[in-house]
Amino acid sequence: MLTSSPPGVSRRRFLTSTAMAALLAASGKAFGDVIRGTQPFSPFDYAPPETLPGGRWYFFSPDEARTVEAMVERLIPADDLSMSGKDAGCAEFIDRQLAGSYGSSERLYMQGPFQKGTPEQGDQSEFVPRERYRRGLAALDAWCRANHSKAFAELPGETRDEILSGLEAGKIELPGFDGKLLFETVLGNTMEGFFADPIYGGNKDMVSWKMLGFPGARYDYRDYVERHNEKLDLPPLSIAGRPEWKTKG
Amino acid sequence: MAMKLPRKDVVVIGLGWAGAIIANELTDEGLDVVAVERGPWRDTARDFNIATAADELRYNQRQELMVRPAQSAITVRNNISQTALPMRNWGSFHPGNGTGGAGNHWAGITFRFGPDDFRLKSYLTEKYGAAAMPEELTLQDWGTDWAEMEPYYASFDRLAGISGKAGNLNGVIQEGGNPFEGPRSEEYPTKPMKQPYGPTLFAEAARKLGYKPFPVPSALLSEAYTNPLGVTMGPCTFCGFCTNYGCANYSKASAITTVLPALVRKSNFTAVTNSEVLRVTLDRSGTRATGVVYVDSSGQEWEQPADLVVVSAFTFENVRLMLLSGVGKPYDPVSNTGTTGRNYCYQTANGVQLFFDDKNFNSFIGGGAVGMGIDEFNNDNFDHSGLGFFGGGSIRVTPIGAAPIASRPTPPGTPRWGSKWKSETQKAYLSTMSIGCEASSYATRGNHLSLDPTYTDRLGRPLLRVTFDFPENDLKMAQYCTSRVGEIARAMGPRQVVERPMKGHWNTVPYQSSHVVGGFVMGTNPTTSSVNKYLQTWDVPNLFVVGASAFPQNPGYNPTGTAAALAFKAADAIRNLYLKAPGALVPA
Repeated sequence: MLTSSPPGVSRRRFLTSTAMAALLAASGKAFGDVIRGTQPFSPFDYAPPETLPGGRWYFFSPDEARTVEAMVERLIPADDLSMSGKDAGCAEFIDRQLAGSYGSSERLYMQGPFQKGTPEQGDQSEFVPRERYRRGLAALDAWCRANHSKAFAELPGETRDEILSGLEAGKIELPGFDGKLLFETVLGNTMEGFFADPIYGGNKDMVSWKMLGFPGARYDYRDYVERHNEKLDLPPLSIAGRPEWKTKG
Repeated sequence: MAMKLPRKDVVVIGLGWAGAIIANELTDEGLDVVAVERGPWRDTARDFNIATAADELRYNQRQELMVRPAQSAITVRNNISQTALPMRNWGSFHPGNGTGGAGNHWAGITFRFGPDDFRLKSYLTEKYGAAAMPEELTLQDWGTDWAEMEPYYASFDRLAGISGKAGNLNGVIQEGGNPFEGPRSEEYPTKPMKQPYGPTLFAEAARKLGYKPFPVPSALLSEAYTNPLGVTMGPCTFCGFCTNYGCANYSKASAITTVLPALVRKSNFTAVTNSEVLRVTLDRSGTRATGVVYVDSSGQEWEQPADLVVVSAFTFENVRLMLLSGVGKPYDPVSNTGTTGRNYCYQTANGVQLFFDDKNFNSFIGGGAVGMGIDEFNNDNFDHSGLGFFGGGSIRVTPIGAAPIASRPTPPGTPRWGSKWKSETQKAYLSTMSIGCEASSYATRGNHLSLDPTYTDRLGRPLLRVTFDFPENDLKMAQYCTSRVGEIARAMGPRQVVERPMKGHWNTVPYQSSHVVGGFVMGTNPTTSSVNKYLQTWDVPNLFVVGASAFPQNPGYNPTGTAAALAFKAADAIRNLYLKAPGALVPA
C-alpha cells in the first residue's frame, strides 16, 4: 500500500519554510525528515564530540582565567596522588565548556518567569553558566579586594581555602552575586574537568583515571568480568587514544 | 496554517518501544502506517560510534540522548499549595528523544510485573481487608490479569532476546531463577549474563540468609541473538557506558536494535522525524479521532488524517497530548473527578552503600542490567500484616559502570574538595559497592499531572505540570525494605554500611528513576480510568494510548517490559478485534 510522498515535499526532507530559526536551536536538527525503505546512513564523524583545540582562552579574560586557576588549584590540590586541578587543565576545560553549548544553556529550559522555588524544585537561576562566571568571578574579586586588599588569585593558599569554605557554607556574601551558586558551579565544573576524557581539555595525561584505576574509554571487559577481586592495572585509554600510540617523528 | 497530507490507515506518535512494536504489528496486518517522531532518526551505526560512545561528559553530564528541555520540559511541585516551577535541566528522571526513545539509554532491566499487581486493589482487600488499606492510597485494578498478559510478555522477551533464568516455568519453580515471578510459558531466549564480583558476593550472602538470588533479567544480551524479525544483536561486553548511553555493540535491546531495521524496509511504513505532534484532532462529536497535526522543525504545520490514531510517546507526552487534545476530562484532585492526569506514580529509589578495605570490585566493569537480585521483599512477597504499609522493592546489585565524574562514592562526612577529599575518593573507588532497592510507588489523590498555567514550550503550548510527593505509605515501606537490605549488607562484612532509604519530600534534583507512570490509566471504570484493557480510550474508540501512562500504580519493578507487553496487547486487539468491528471493544 505504498503511497506517494506528501505534495510539495522531497523524498528525504520537507521544504524549508520561513519560521525556522527558533526551532532549529531547540531540536538540534533541521527539518522534518521523511524516512522510507532504508535507514539514513552517513559514515564516520556523523556526530563527533564538541571539542576545541587548546593553546588559548576562549571565554575567560586573562584575569578571569587567573582567578579560576587559583580556585581549581585549591579545590584539587597537588599532592602524592595527583597534580593539581590547575595543572590538570581544569580551568582550560571550563573555558572551553563555557564557549560551547553548555555555556549558554542552549539545550535547557530558560524561559521565565524566574522565581525562587523550594529546595526540591532545583536550580531556578536566570543566569546561564557564562553569566555565572562573568558576574561571579568579578564579585569574588571585589569581595577579596574589600576584605583582603588583594585579588583572589594573589592570596595565599590557606586564605583561598578559607574563602572557598565560606562560599560553600553560604557564610560569605558577595556583592551582587550568589556566592554559593558560584561555588557550586565552579566545584561541579572542576570535577567534570578533572574526571572527563582529556579530549575536553582537563584530566591531563589521564591523571585522575590513573589515580583511581579507571581504564577510561575501553569497550570490552568480557575477558575480565569473572576475574573477581583482582587488581587489573589496565592502563587507561582516552577517546583520542594513548600517548604511546602517537607516531614518533 | 497546516498543510493537509494524504490520509493514512494509521498514524503512530513516537517511535520508542511502544510505537515501534505497534507500527510493526499493524504493517504486518497490511495497514499503511506513518509514525511521527519529535526527535531525530537514531541508528547504532551512525549515532553510537564505538570510537566516541564512551564519553561520560557528553552522554551522562550533558544528557546528549535526552529530549532537550528547551524543546520539551515539565514543571514540578510537591503539592497543590505550591507554585510549580520548570525542571530546567533533567534531574530526577531522563526522558528520551528520537527513534528508540528512552529505550536507547535505558538500563535494560526487564522484569515482568507479578500476577497480583494487575488486580492490586482487589488482591490486597481480599487478603488484608478493606480496613487495612491506608486512607491516602487510591489503588486500582488494571482490568486485565496475568493470563491475558503472559503471552505479550513472552512476545517482548523474544523480540528483545532477554537474558535470564526462569524461576517459574508453567507453574514449576526452577532452581536459580526468581521463585516469585508469575508462571512463564517459556524460558528466557538467551542465557543469564556473566556476573562481576559485587553481584556474586551479594548473591552468596543472600543465599546464606535463606533468600533465593537470581540473575537480573537483562535486555543487554549474554550472547548473539537473532529475533523473530530477523534482526541480530551481539553480546554485551560489560563496557560500563550503558545507562544514559547508546550501545555501540548492538547488545542493548531497543527499538533501534530490534524493530526499526526490519520495520523501515516495509513499503507500507513511513517515519517522519524531527516532527512534533501538536494535538490529536477530533471530529465535531469529540468521539472520533480524525488524525494529528504536527510541526516539523522548519515551523511548518502538517495535518495527517488517519483512520486510527495510536499515541505511544513517553508517559509525560502521552498525558500532555491528551490534555492538549481535550481527550477525557482533566483530573481534579480537589473534587476527585476526571481521569486525564489521574494516578500519576513514580518509583521509590533506595540504596545501601558498602565500604570495604580488602575488596576490589573493578566497578567500571558492568552494565545497566548486569547483576543479581532477590524478590523476598518486593510487592506482597512478604506478609504485610501489622506493618502499616503495602508494597516493597526489587533488591539487587547491578554495577552499571563507574565513569568517575558521577561515580565517586565516599563515606558520609568526607569533604567535597581538597586533599582529604582526594585521598578518600581514591581509597573508595574500587573497593565500594552498593545494593539498590527499586521500590513500589502507590497512587494518592494528590499526585497527578495537569497543564501548567504559566510556563509554555517554544511553540507556546502549556508545559505538563507534575504534582508529586512520596506517600507516607511509601516512605514507611522504604524504611522497612532498606533495613532488610542493610542486614544483607552487614552479612557481607564491610567496614562501613550506609543505608539510604528514600526520605522526606520528592527532590527533583538528584537522579532517582525515569519510571514515571500513570496519568492515563487503564481500568474497568470510565470514571476512574482513561483506557480499557486494550489501551483503547473510553471516549474515542479509534484512539489508543499506549505506554507506562496506563499503569494505575507502579510495583517494585522496572516498567519497560510491561509497557512493551501492553504495546503487543493493544496491537493484538487492533488486529484481531478492532479491525473486524471498529468501535468500542469494551462497553463503557
